[in-house]
Amino acid sequence: MPRLSVWLIRTALAYLALGFTLGGLMLFNKGLPLAPAFWRLLPMHIEFVLFGWTIQLAMGVGFWILPRFVRGPARGDERRVWAAYVLLNAGVLSVSLGQWLAWPAWIPLLGRAAELLAVAAFALHAWPRIKPHGM
Amino acid sequence: MPTLTRWYIKTALAYFVVALLAGLALAVRSVAALPPLFNTLAPVYFHLLMVGWVTQLIFGVVYWMFPKYSADKPRGSENLSWATYWLLNVGLILRAIGEPLVGLQPEAGTAGWVLAVSAASQWLAGLGFVANTWGRVKEK
Repeated sequence: MPRLSVWLIRTALAYLALGFTLGGLMLFNKGLPLAPAFWRLLPMHIEFVLFGWTIQLAMGVGFWILPRFVRGPARGDERRVWAAYVLLNAGVLSVSLGQWLAWPAWIPLLGRAAELLAVAAFALHAWPRIKPHGM
Repeated sequence: MPTLTRWYIKTALAYFVVALLAGLALAVRSVAALPPLFNTLAPVYFHLLMVGWVTQLIFGVVYWMFPKYSADKPRGSENLSWATYWLLNVGLILRAIGEPLVGLQPEAGTAGWVLAVSAASQWLAGLGFVANTWGRVKEK
């Protein structure tokens, strides 16, 4: 498994643990109410499990297993995927913390833009790797 | 394909069907009057789909396909992996039972405890999966 996939997948696993923890707290609180404030964790829970865990895991596994090139660097230009990694995680943190801590609205907005750029960078990387064998 | 992966994927497929049935029931509300129980199904529908289907499928495929942990324990701890499977599914089933009941009667004591146990069970499943998978995510 390439180093970049290790970073993406281990970060995804960390978000899985965090996302399940937040979800568990909210579900526990729904059954045995502790404090209404737990409901404010919902956007962060969704952000962590969708973008932090599921999408990041897919990117990490995709970078690892998509067909490699016969000539040149085996997985193409890795810089786009490093950029996707940084942008995605900056986006997840900006959106989730921005909503939770009621930061100015432009911070979650920038976070969403970062997530969009992350996905675009990953798609640009992956596009030429979706090909027949031997190319 | 390991036995546990077969259990994960077949269970995931079953949840996929059940989740879409719940989604269908939610959609029927717009054209027909259904018992109040159906008004409480939305979070159950989302979680049957995202935990029961998507997450469970990922858990099963990761257990099968990720790099070996070691020569004598290629997939890490088998006991922890089975515990993860049961905790995830018992927790999800308890949620599917308890959440509509709490939605109908917020003061229902027993249903509240069902949700609390469900929360703890799914949380432990998530941590168990992370603990067993972490060491298998490594450079060649």
